[in-house]
Amino acid sequence: MTTTDETLGQDGRLQPATAPAIAADTEEMARLRRRRAEKIGQWVLPALVVVLTIFAWDRIVVINEIPHYILPRPGLVAKTLIEDWPILFDSLLVTLQITMGALAIAVLGGVGLAVLFTQSRWIEMSFFPYAVILQVTPIVSIAPLIFIYVDSKIAGLLICAWIVAFFPILSNTTLGLNSADHNLRDLFKVYGANRWQRLRFLQLPSALPYFLGGLRIAGGLSLIGAVVAEYVAGTGGIGSGLAFRILEAGYRLNIPRMFAALLLIALTGIVIFASLSFLSHMLLRKWHESAIKRET
Amino acid sequence: MTPMAATRSSAPAGERSPLLSMSHVDKVFGRDVVALRDMTLDVGQGDFISLLGPSGCGKSTALRLIAGLSHPTSGSIRWAQDRVDGDLSVVLQEPTLMPWATVAQNVWLPFRLQGRRFRAVRDEILEALKLVGLEKFQNAYPRELSGGMKMRVSIARALVTRPRLMLMDEPFAALDEITRFKLNNDILAMREKIGCTVIFVTHSVFESVFLSDRIVIMAARPGRVIRELRVGEPYPRTEVFRTSSDYAAQCRAASEALKEAMGAHDDH
Ligand SMILES: Nc1ncnc2c1ncn2[C@@H]1O[C@H](COP(=O)(O)OP(=O)(O)OP(=O)(O)O)[C@@H](O)[C@H]1O
Ligand SMILES: [Mg+2]
Repeated sequence: MTTTDETLGQDGRLQPATAPAIAADTEEMARLRRRRAEKIGQWVLPALVVVLTIFAWDRIVVINEIPHYILPRPGLVAKTLIEDWPILFDSLLVTLQITMGALAIAVLGGVGLAVLFTQSRWIEMSFFPYAVILQVTPIVSIAPLIFIYVDSKIAGLLICAWIVAFFPILSNTTLGLNSADHNLRDLFKVYGANRWQRLRFLQLPSALPYFLGGLRIAGGLSLIGAVVAEYVAGTGGIGSGLAFRILEAGYRLNIPRMFAALLLIALTGIVIFASLSFLSHMLLRKWHESAIKRET
Repeated sequence: MTPMAATRSSAPAGERSPLLSMSHVDKVFGRDVVALRDMTLDVGQGDFISLLGPSGCGKSTALRLIAGLSHPTSGSIRWAQDRVDGDLSVVLQEPTLMPWATVAQNVWLPFRLQGRRFRAVRDEILEALKLVGLEKFQNAYPRELSGGMKMRVSIARALVTRPRLMLMDEPFAALDEITRFKLNNDILAMREKIGCTVIFVTHSVFESVFLSDRIVIMAARPGRVIRELRVGEPYPRTEVFRTSSDYAAQCRAASEALKEAMGAHDDH
């Protein structure tokens, strides 16, 4: 929001002037129309692409007479999704549980470690390498070991998903905590802030946008972590998630169900990303550049 | 005796009771960057001191030393009485507001860091905002304000605790001439109200003459005090002073002294 062409509202906030010049009117209208078109296109275009893709998929299967145990028609996938819903839904809940649990621990662990790191350079120097090692080692290569040492399958899955998800939160939050404005730091020092106050009133708010960026990445990663860990954990009976359903359907050549489970995983990922983006927007919309629409 | 009452003094500059003194302060960065050499300055209660000098002469360094943000390499800085919370505040060149907090919450900061609740100090906050003419904007976020308004918020935050000493480091350097004049008037009005001592860093001869009763002229390489000028004009000063021939003469004198400072060579 700029301060030109604005008047003082009764509540003291800036408000757009009520009587814009007539000459600017047509230009303004054109701008509004453009913006509205953009808004509609934002939703309509991707939807159109999805519809066309599904249609093309269906045509390809029909024209080439591909058997359903190699590539099912979209309609069959939808039908399977509905018919197998009780099984798939239970598995979805399991996967979601692992994903959310891992994300929660990743947030606690990532932010906690980040705070610890910024409080002491010694701790950071000592432990940061481990965080990096955990991050760069492919989870599929650590997971089997974890399932050997950890008895509980749920705990094993959680650990795997956590390892994948916590690093972006840790590194982003650390970066955020350290990028508090240095002038503000000086100000806090002049006013005698203690360590805790500096953390609470300066560093944590400064880190919030960075943290939320990390959180959005971590949300997707924890789902990936959960799915990969389920693959590694294999056909362990109780508490079977979506990845297990895919494996199982694969053995039975139940390709439509594979697709249905795959669809659910993809949708879950999209929903997680969308809700974290929404959360981020809500938390930042008042003040952060990334969430502010500037009036021009 | 409240600190506010104590700081206002009708005695002429130089004869007021001392607030703080710097004696023979050196500040060396690294091995051989002498930012400040042998600076001695006695600050009296109620003084309005301008530090005037070319870029790199150690003005900010001196201010940071007084604020306790860095420590002298040698020499000492002493407060006449023990410093307590809220005695000192600073205004920096940038407004330095917290973007996530509203105007009122920003002004609350010094109190908040003393552990005082918003409700308990609400009146003081509103009072400070009123002094800078922004009471209507208490719920706005910094991004909704112009540069001059942000600076006002920064000033309100500095004076909300009614400090005994206010340090200002080129607070208006980034503002246009008109806003700057307006804020100069505001600063003087505010000082009439709360009567604090001010140390004001500036590049502008005109600003320093208009505002201060003592002008400390500094030179660079190494940063040091060259001389001190006094502006006799009594407060309150108004626009009338700005257009008087006396003001013009004082500005000329300060310019001459500054020119001398820029040309001065280190005789050590
Ligand atoms: N942290 C630092 N490390 C090293 N050198 C420094 C540091 N701070 C200041 N200096 C040096 O000290 C000298 C004085 O700097 P200072 O910032 O006090 O100047 P100034 O008078 O405020 O200048 P300006 O008007 O441009 O703000 C400069 O030569 C600068 O390079
Ligand atoms: Mg400076």
